Amino acid sequence: MPTINMLQAINQALDIAMAEDERVLCFGEDVGGFGGVFRATSHLQEKYGKARCFNTPLVEQGIIGFANGLAAQGSVPVAEIQFADYIYPAFDQIVNETAKYRYRSGDLFNVGGLTIRTPYGGGISGGHYHSQSPEAYFAHTPGLKIVVPRNPYEAKGLLLASIRDPDPVLFFEPKRLYRAAVGEVPEEDYQLPLSEAEVTKEGSDITVLGWGAQMEVIDKAVEMAEKDGVSCEVIDLRTILPWDEDTVAESVLKTGRLVITHEAPRTGGFAGEISATIQERCFLYLESPIQRVTGLDTPFPLTLEKEYLPDHLKIYEAIRAAMNY
Amino acid sequence: MTTTAQIHEPDFLAGDEFFIPTYSVLTQDGTLFPGATAPDLGKEKALRIYHTMVKTRVLDERMMAAQRQGRLSFYMQCTGEEAAVIGSAAALDDADMIMAQYREQGALMYRGFSIDEFMNQLFGNELDYGKGRQMPVHYGSRKLHYMTISSPLATQIPQATGYAYGQKLAGNGNCTITYFGEGAASEGDFHAALNMAAVHEVPVIFFCRNNGYAISTPSVEQFAADGVAPRAFGYRMHVIRVDGNDVLAVYHATERARQLVVEHNKPVLIEAMTYRLAAHSSSDDPSGYRSRKEEDAWREKDPLRRMQAWLEHQGWWDEEEEKALQDSLRREVLETMKRAEKRPPPALDTLVTEVYAEVTPALQHQLDALKNHIRHYPEAYPRGARFLDTTLQEKDADNEQGGA
Repeated sequence: MPTINMLQAINQALDIAMAEDERVLCFGEDVGGFGGVFRATSHLQEKYGKARCFNTPLVEQGIIGFANGLAAQGSVPVAEIQFADYIYPAFDQIVNETAKYRYRSGDLFNVGGLTIRTPYGGGISGGHYHSQSPEAYFAHTPGLKIVVPRNPYEAKGLLLASIRDPDPVLFFEPKRLYRAAVGEVPEEDYQLPLSEAEVTKEGSDITVLGWGAQMEVIDKAVEMAEKDGVSCEVIDLRTILPWDEDTVAESVLKTGRLVITHEAPRTGGFAGEISATIQERCFLYLESPIQRVTGLDTPFPLTLEKEYLPDHLKIYEAIRAAMNY
Repeated sequence: MTTTAQIHEPDFLAGDEFFIPTYSVLTQDGTLFPGATAPDLGKEKALRIYHTMVKTRVLDERMMAAQRQGRLSFYMQCTGEEAAVIGSAAALDDADMIMAQYREQGALMYRGFSIDEFMNQLFGNELDYGKGRQMPVHYGSRKLHYMTISSPLATQIPQATGYAYGQKLAGNGNCTITYFGEGAASEGDFHAALNMAAVHEVPVIFFCRNNGYAISTPSVEQFAADGVAPRAFGYRMHVIRVDGNDVLAVYHATERARQLVVEHNKPVLIEAMTYRLAAHSSSDDPSGYRSRKEEDAWREKDPLRRMQAWLEHQGWWDEEEEKALQDSLRREVLETMKRAEKRPPPALDTLVTEVYAEVTPALQHQLDALKNHIRHYPEAYPRGARFLDTTLQEKDADNEQGGA
């Protein structure tokens, strides 16, 4: 199996989707001939023409408004927002329009064909307008699906599933891993299920949960904890909304402990939602309070990025705190 | 694309030096302006347009009264703008997509949406296509190519650009028209939509109903410009301003616009100068922000009277037919209203269906919990409880067991 990075995996997924279905279109700022600032859409315009892969003007609300209309018409748009930090101008189109098209019209119209791709997260010295993790804002909006891949294999399979899913999907790509994450990826077409978390490592003492770029960090922390003799179960949530409560609850019923980690600020972060749900479902089985390892309740910093981010040491400490409670 | 002409003195161009003329055909007494020609409408289409205008007016009057009687939670009238809305809709192909703002019921009616269908939406009953999920006047029809209304202002404008781009790729020869008021044209979505349509050569007609007011804000407080039309220059788009109370001018301008967008993929902006004779909505009272005198002056320009006079000059219409039409429409509206009011609400399960293509486990769980709760307090939730009739008898048993 060929070894490629996450950008190449995403590019393959887009290529496969466009080759298979001529209704699939890719557009956004700089995605045309240039192939996107990260090169995720490289060569797609050459292969599929300017009508199906093109640059848009610099207007996020326009990109998503346009994409909503296209999807309602029956096309399958894959719209790129260049950085998740710049998704906010399109917030109204996403939460008021994309998310509610099907419901409010009684399914006369829907924009299920729409996928919004956008790079998120820190670790690239991007400062606060190139590092944010806005998933929790959208997780409060019924009608959206929110997907975050952790490696190239996952990125390709989850993106293909997102494009073909009958609901609109926000696909957050961990940009720190775009080139850093390399792995074996089949060249052929395959899909990974949405709304299914994956137990990436089984264990019996504690469950450690995250998504996207945090999974790599979790693995490092778990390695340290296992050296101390702690058996860790690791879960990649993969889909933030609608999320797989059962897999997480089953794991916590077994281990009795839970650590959740994400890069976004703590207050109102999605770890809070998971924590409340698991507390409802597993209360009598919990051996210690659910731990959250998150960014601070501040805008994202530049110079002190390493201090801000939840890293393997902070997660390791949270595991120890839960074990020694 | 840009001009190469140079100047060597700082000679500013002033924004207030540009004025766009208004295209009009029909005088208020139903005769043509000298030098103007009527579009080739034909008797049948002319009468269909006029019937729709009268029907829209009657529906609006009756439903506004119904709202005042407390039978309806909310309503919005098209009154004063019938020529702009219906005249433009009539110039389109029936398969062209209409993406309206919220005051364009006349366009939907022209396409054949029945009074029954209007009523079912207004009362949010079991037959409402939107399943009672939106306020009254948020109509939609897939069959009639009329996108379901969404309350947030101007969001449909860039969507129209996207929808029309899809039509262009599909090559079906259809276009999209999107309606909005001059207030909505202040939103970023408006500018995004026009710019993208011009850049990507999209077959879309942007139809601005400049009706003078955005709720209470008059257009002079909305923008400093000569209306909305000049903005088209900035996007290198075709534009025309028409007398929005002149149904012949609106029809003709839209017919030509359709040709430009479909045959040449040139988006067009139409600004129809009209006046919102009624309140913004049933929740609004215009006497708080405009004079009776101003309203009366516009009442003299009533688009219905103008078209009626023209039809009479053509020998296609008379007072007797007018009275018969009004009477039969009033009866129809009242009868259908009674029917719609009596219909039951949408099923309880519709609370959670169509949020996603399939009901998620979490939603199913929440619905089950809600049903269980309603079983305990059916009298507190009469609409929901009627769907649990078969299980109401379980209530006592549940209570004995201490509930859920």
